[in-house]
Amino acid sequence: MPATAIKIAQQTAAALTDVTHRYESAKGTQTALRNFSLALKPGEVVALLGPNGAGKTTAIKLLLGLLTPTEGMARIFGDDPRNTRTRERIGTMLQVAKLPETLRCREFLTLFRSYYPNPLPLEPLIESTGLRDIQNKEFRQLSGGQKQRLLFALALCGNPDLIFLDEPTLGMDIETRHALWAQVRSLSARGKTVLLTTHYLEEADTLADRIVVMAEGSVIAQGTPTQIKSRVAGRKLRCVTAVPLDQLQRIEGVLKAEQLGSATTLTVGNAEDILRYLLAIDPTLHSLEVTSPNLEDAFLALTQRDTQGS
Amino acid sequence: MTTGTRAPQLPIYLNETRFEFLRLLRARAFSLATIGFPVMFYLLFGVIVGNSNGAGGEWRATYLLGSYCIFGLAGVCLFGICVTLATERALGWLEVKQASPMPAAAYLLSKLLTAAAFAIIIFAILSTIGVTMGHVHMSHHQWFHLALTVIGGVLPMAAMGLLLAMLVPANAATGVVNLIYLPMSFLSGLWIPLEGLPKWLSRFAPMWPTWHLGQLAVWSVGFGTTWPIWQHVLWLACFTVAALAAATWLFQRNASKA
Repeated sequence: MPATAIKIAQQTAAALTDVTHRYESAKGTQTALRNFSLALKPGEVVALLGPNGAGKTTAIKLLLGLLTPTEGMARIFGDDPRNTRTRERIGTMLQVAKLPETLRCREFLTLFRSYYPNPLPLEPLIESTGLRDIQNKEFRQLSGGQKQRLLFALALCGNPDLIFLDEPTLGMDIETRHALWAQVRSLSARGKTVLLTTHYLEEADTLADRIVVMAEGSVIAQGTPTQIKSRVAGRKLRCVTAVPLDQLQRIEGVLKAEQLGSATTLTVGNAEDILRYLLAIDPTLHSLEVTSPNLEDAFLALTQRDTQGS
Repeated sequence: MTTGTRAPQLPIYLNETRFEFLRLLRARAFSLATIGFPVMFYLLFGVIVGNSNGAGGEWRATYLLGSYCIFGLAGVCLFGICVTLATERALGWLEVKQASPMPAAAYLLSKLLTAAAFAIIIFAILSTIGVTMGHVHMSHHQWFHLALTVIGGVLPMAAMGLLLAMLVPANAATGVVNLIYLPMSFLSGLWIPLEGLPKWLSRFAPMWPTWHLGQLAVWSVGFGTTWPIWQHVLWLACFTVAALAAATWLFQRNASKA
């Protein structure tokens, strides 16, 4: 490795460099990641966004050293992720279906804290992760959201500098989800680096400094939430109109027309021209809304373009 | 940035073992079955049947004390190691631990020590029943040999548990283990001596680690063995090494899959 590459690797909290990862399955050789590079700067919150099978979890497992890349390199703080000293500096929340069912929340935390040289004090940890009321409950008695909270607390046990969260709010109710978001923001405020994967676009939008959109093992877009959103052209018009859908679709400047219940949604290039025309031909038009595309639109546009391209 | 000191290692091993033992003790499906079955069988076939045969019956209580200790030992290793490991591997818990700074040895040793602890509990209960109700009389030497067989026997049975954990599907682990455990115990002469079985069946006995352990256990309590002692011990040592090697190979092969 050239000296400059070593220097860059040491300045990043976590990096995958030109990683291709293949594995054998019943269907033959599968490629989970293709020439994939990702670098997390210290203090950054990055969201990996992508449909199922895009390679998000594989990327995390490579960074954790749970998988070894077929080609390329995985580094944490410039070091091998399989190194125990490296692992002392990271916290992990993976998608876990089941923990030993008869251990209590408090016991899991006691066990995990003992792995680290400078763990967080137990009581404040229990308090801040919202486990106070359930600390003496066995795992089998917990609800889906409570299990996620426990797994999140386990990720924080060692007071890590770098935290991996794989679908952290899966199965959480809205209240718990917002509480976890607040926790991630406070981690970020304390200068911790966070990499999270999520299906919830709102989550990526609200938490991440940078979003990396993945599809089929490659990065198809990355940038701040605002930059990602701006990748989608045009705006959205929503209204209730008497003009039939096929006629709307033929109007020049209408990219897409959809009927949902009584309302029609048009994706348009120039909202003002279309509006003037529509209001002129349909005096009954009402319930009008004009919005900019949200992250969901951007995401759909990006991933659809990619699938069509391949 | 890394600080000089590591987390103290001894507390990790102690915690890991303490919580592994606690979680299995609290799981009643495990603790009641693995301790309950050998105790119940021993009471029925060793003590009650033995005592009903008059003065010559105490050989049953003595013989079956040895063989049911091995039956219990095999149960705690297969259910306590194979089923828990298969489940933890398939459902993600093992990965969370692997991504943490936990030493892999602490994880494996905790399962080994937990199995040994349950095996000793079974040994203690069966011995108490044997002495108080089954008229079992053994010398200090014999007790020592039996205890040694039970504790040492954890190694080959734990190795078998590890190997099976790499092979069985997690959602069917309990079922598959039962399908192996019960016939294997029967065919190894742990329930009734092999002399009571058809000759062709007992010919396959040497392929089961439980037969070799059973032979050592009944030798400990004063009966003769089929092979010389050292051959049984050597067979078990080879089995342990082979099963561990195969388990390691399978684990690494599976780990390379995404």
